[in-house]
Amino acid sequence: MANNTTHTIEYRTLSKILLVLLFLTFVTIGVTSFHLGPFTVTVALLIAGLKSFLVLSNFMHLKYESLLLRILVAMVFVLFVVIVLITFIDYAYR
Amino acid sequence: MSNSTEKIEYVSYLDYQGKYKGFLSWIMATDHKRIGLLYMYSIMTFFFIGAFFGLLMKIEMLSPGETIMKPQTYNGVFTLHGILMIFMVVIPGLSAVFGNFFLPILIGAKDVAFPKLNRFSWWIFIVGSIMAVASQLLKDGPPDTGWTFYAPYSSQTGTNVIMATAAAFVLGFSSILTGLNFIVTIHQMRAPGMRFFNMPLFPWALYATAWIQLLATPIIGITLLMLIAERMFQIGFFDPALGGDPLLFQHLFWIYSHPAVYVMMLPAMGVITEIIPTFCQRQIYGYKAVAISSLAIAGVGFLVWGHHMYTSGMSDQARWFFSLLTFIVAVPSAIKVFNWITTMYNGSIDVKPPFLYALAFIFLFIIGGTTGLLLGSVATNVQVHDTSFVVAHFHYIIFGGMGFAFFAAIHYWLPKMYGRMYNFKIANIALVINFIGFNLLYFPQFIIGVEGMPRRYFDYPAQFQPMQVISSIGGFILVAGLILMVFNLVKGAKSGPVAPSNPWNGSTLEWTLPATPSLENFDEEPVIKENPYDYK
Amino acid sequence: MSEKAIHVEEHRDDEASKLGMWLFIFTELLLFGGLFLVYSIFRAQYPTEFHQSSLELSVTIGAINTVVLLFSSMTVAMALTAIQKNDQKRALIFIGITLFCAAAFLFNKYFEWGHKIEHGLYPGSDLMPLLDRGHLLYFSLYFFMTGLHALHIIIGMTLLIVCYFKVKSKNINDHDYVLLENGALYWHLVDLIWIFLFPLMYLIS
Repeated sequence: MANNTTHTIEYRTLSKILLVLLFLTFVTIGVTSFHLGPFTVTVALLIAGLKSFLVLSNFMHLKYESLLLRILVAMVFVLFVVIVLITFIDYAYR
Repeated sequence: MSNSTEKIEYVSYLDYQGKYKGFLSWIMATDHKRIGLLYMYSIMTFFFIGAFFGLLMKIEMLSPGETIMKPQTYNGVFTLHGILMIFMVVIPGLSAVFGNFFLPILIGAKDVAFPKLNRFSWWIFIVGSIMAVASQLLKDGPPDTGWTFYAPYSSQTGTNVIMATAAAFVLGFSSILTGLNFIVTIHQMRAPGMRFFNMPLFPWALYATAWIQLLATPIIGITLLMLIAERMFQIGFFDPALGGDPLLFQHLFWIYSHPAVYVMMLPAMGVITEIIPTFCQRQIYGYKAVAISSLAIAGVGFLVWGHHMYTSGMSDQARWFFSLLTFIVAVPSAIKVFNWITTMYNGSIDVKPPFLYALAFIFLFIIGGTTGLLLGSVATNVQVHDTSFVVAHFHYIIFGGMGFAFFAAIHYWLPKMYGRMYNFKIANIALVINFIGFNLLYFPQFIIGVEGMPRRYFDYPAQFQPMQVISSIGGFILVAGLILMVFNLVKGAKSGPVAPSNPWNGSTLEWTLPATPSLENFDEEPVIKENPYDYK
Repeated sequence: MSEKAIHVEEHRDDEASKLGMWLFIFTELLLFGGLFLVYSIFRAQYPTEFHQSSLELSVTIGAINTVVLLFSSMTVAMALTAIQKNDQKRALIFIGITLFCAAAFLFNKYFEWGHKIEHGLYPGSDLMPLLDRGHLLYFSLYFFMTGLHALHIIIGMTLLIVCYFKVKSKNINDHDYVLLENGALYWHLVDLIWIFLFPLMYLIS
């Protein structure tokens, strides 16, 4: 038993998360039908980010994992964003 | 084996009889030490094949025009030399050979976290290597793109680019799995009492390396897949004729391949950091600075890829930005050099072959590193971009740095790997020959590079001939030295005098073990020191 | 030679296995990350063409697939909860539902792709080279990204099928469920990627 350190998440909690995720999905579809211009992508990405945060922290149990693992996951996303931004230093000014 | 006095009967890992016998007991082995040796044998084989092709190039360059091969053959030869040396020798080099063998021992573990995955990594390494060699032999002819596979040429040339890129993809997968294994090993398998900050510095370097392998390699993986898809379906990611952007390929390629340089260099620095305190019998100067600088190199190293692309038409803003970051990444590397040298100060230095190789490493690495800064500043880079100056620079870093560190590591750890000792005198002679040969081979290329000799060119004007000839002579001297060195090592490993368990009076954990460790390394719980380098 | 010296101790370290899975997920994220980078650059260069092309995709099918994947992500998490509660029967049902959803996703994808291919829109077709650069790049990326994603669905399904039989044979139980945990983590990764793929491919205006 000592080996199992994973937190048990109740069915109720999981279903609630799913409802939030579905709600957010429909919000994204709704938002893109308005013409927000350049902000559409921003909004869509923000919502996607929120959704992935929910999946990571609840479905993937990250909420209950060690601080170290949470930092590592955050680091990977930050690294990717930084690489994209740096690449755009080239493309935006060419 | 004589010293079987422990409670558990001691059996050397070399004599251990498992489920499999003979040849199978090696290729089916999950023991990290055997896997390390498997990597070493395969990597040394590829190294000599690569060196042979390097020598062919040097013969070709003896005189202007066609000397021994046609231009297209020359293109194939330098491509094969690059693919072999980069993907099959220097990237796996130190981390897969000495990392596998010594990482678990240095942190007091019995094996890596996933021994079967480790074996699987070696298998796919071999599969990838076979594919790389096959790409040379298939009917469309050897790829002629250079190891960089730059688009759009790589999506248009008729040669076996698909096979070569698929090989690089498979080799990358092997590298990822090794990195994954090492990170988990360091996090989960440290012996009780071994914290991050009393871990020896070679594991620290491997830890930083493993993160690069894990996070950067998938980018080249997807890039090569896109290149393959482009060739097969005419998709048009990179080929301007199909709507693609060739600069994007360079970006993606270097997002991996620059950090990959640190995959080669960081473990090399780690090895040197192990060797210097041992032979100076002195505590490493600035333990924490050396440990953290490994992580700093890995972190900043991810963000400097654009300095390979100054002349490619990248925006000015990007050029100064990458140049700035390149100068920043030099700082942690320099910290390491200062710390090595300061460690020697006031030490009781014991001049043995591993230490001499480490000194040669520092000398060559300083030349390679400072010329790297010349290349990192945009103004000088534009002058010498794609000349043999660049060739000389990266050979000073990769061969003079990583290669000499590899030789230093073999000379340092051979008594622990085989339980036998090589001849010091021959080792020293081989070192001197290697050092002279190396500098003769590559230093002239700095000079003709500044004068305008382009890299990868089959032909050159007559004014460059004297330097080209010196360089080729250096190549022959170097290969002769290498053969002498390997001959001495093989002879030592096979029939040298039996080595004591701690021939160098080292203080890290591997020297507490018998001359050849047993299958599980530590038959008793290892005693972990608060300070891994507690000399004096 | 004593027995202990030759017998490699069978030890189990669930923390290590899980950390290993997470690291593998990092690798996968950056594998797709490279594609997202390419996507973002080309999208910045050809915004209108990308918009026009995205209208060719059916938002309905995309939305249905999103719902299917989110739902399956929940059921696989529930399968883990069931195993932790030592409820083998429910665990099997939940894995079964997940696998069904995965198959439904692929079924949908098959029709979506089939529809495009019928219209001659596929890499290597005669029509593709006639498109202008923006459209060509959009459809190239569409096929490449969704194709790679579908491949990951298949890998995830294979993992979950293995888990299904191991649960059935009680090799995965409330004392030892790290394999199911890792299978579930992998399945969430597939979901995670789709969360970004859906708005970027189907919903760009």
